[in-house]
Amino acid sequence: MSSVAVIDYGMGNLHSIAKALQHADSNVQIHITANSDLIYNADRIVFPGVGAIRDCMQALNQSSLAVVIKEVAQTKPFLGICLGMQALLTHSEENANTECLNILSGNVLRFRETLRDAEGDRLKIPHMGWNQVWQHSHPLWDKIPQSSRFYFVHSYYAQPDDIGIVAGTSDYPRAFACALAQKNIFAVQFHPEKSQAVGLQLLENFLHWDGLV
Amino acid sequence: MSLAKRIIPCLDVENGRVVKGVKFVDIRDAGDPVEIARRYDREGADEITFLDIGATYDNRDTMVHVVEQVASEVFIPLTVGGGIRCLEDIRRMLNAGADKVGINSAAVFNPDFVREAAERFGSQCIVVAIDAKKVSAEQEPAVWEIFTHGGRKGTGINAVEWAKKMVDLGAGEILLTSMDRDGTRIGFDLALTRAISEAVSVPVIASGGVGNLDHLADGILEGKADAVLAASIFHFAEYSIQQAKEHMRTRGIEVRL
Repeated sequence: MSSVAVIDYGMGNLHSIAKALQHADSNVQIHITANSDLIYNADRIVFPGVGAIRDCMQALNQSSLAVVIKEVAQTKPFLGICLGMQALLTHSEENANTECLNILSGNVLRFRETLRDAEGDRLKIPHMGWNQVWQHSHPLWDKIPQSSRFYFVHSYYAQPDDIGIVAGTSDYPRAFACALAQKNIFAVQFHPEKSQAVGLQLLENFLHWDGLV
Repeated sequence: MSLAKRIIPCLDVENGRVVKGVKFVDIRDAGDPVEIARRYDREGADEITFLDIGATYDNRDTMVHVVEQVASEVFIPLTVGGGIRCLEDIRRMLNAGADKVGINSAAVFNPDFVREAAERFGSQCIVVAIDAKKVSAEQEPAVWEIFTHGGRKGTGINAVEWAKKMVDLGAGEILLTSMDRDGTRIGFDLALTRAISEAVSVPVIASGGVGNLDHLADGILEGKADAVLAASIFHFAEYSIQQAKEHMRTRGIEVRL
């Protein structure tokens, strides 16, 4: 039986992601854990997170988890979700500038308050709800129709230095990177665990992914 | 490609059953919340909101179980409101599988609770529920006031100012209910919805008064709401969520189908 470690560093409720993973594949053993041995021994890693980036980075740096994550992100199939995606970048504008893990090179920026849609109506922040994702070719999009809608809730978005790692984009109102892929790492801004059938399919794809592109 | 407007069915739960009151009295039984949530998920609901209308301790335990059951098989965002008074209430609901909690009266009694909750759990899961009633006369400029206790107690607080204050304190979303319209089935208070939606930077969910599918579309197009919430039109299977979305699309609204 293969195993997946869902990294628990006190940022948000991880039961939803565990339940969705179990639903996607009932033959997978899931550990919600901060234990470095369980993380090192797992076949796959899910790095979730909600909340503020400063608290997230503090929690990772105060424990040994920042080091553990940097190591396993080199080797195992690795899925970052929401704040877990943003934390992988170099730097975030949030909380008056926060240094992140620098596993993916780039910055995390805030949506501007002055955004308007084509009708001139104010675009709300957070960007909340079901938005279409334009997929670039990657095994994790397998069996998911192009431009499917996923559930988002965020006020900040990733801007990688190398656009070659962008694996998916959404518009709000301009295109932004909502999925990044680099070797064995896949990271998404949306919540696959809350995106109904397409989200479960993405999780199932991840649970069967060998980390190769 | 753009963000879809959301349809959120609301389940008013009392003692483990879905009920729907007309202006918060005259309660009709509408069935088992888990079964109904499952149906809404299949029909394409964008989120589901549970409102604990009993809000006694026994009822709270029942609600935790309902959320746990729904969250283990329905993979869309779930919100729980009603009787959320302290950080421990929020933690319990989030651990049960809720993604967001609705804070209503507790915010009025202690606005700082909203700030504490947003700091502890993140703004993304803090929905401030506002129950507003028009207090101005017909010929005067419209003024709405915050009401508590299921619409029975006025507070003297201006609803638009209150909404802005809640967002400043960390609310990630506003659930706006017109107490004049709730249960009447004559449509949202569109002027109220628009006034609040244009005043705040966060998404606004319109609620209270939906009787047909045009009302839902009006809430988006004229009320400028980001999401629309309704209960009775869906519970008694007058309309399915799918039908509601198809109708909204014919009115030019972007929806998830």
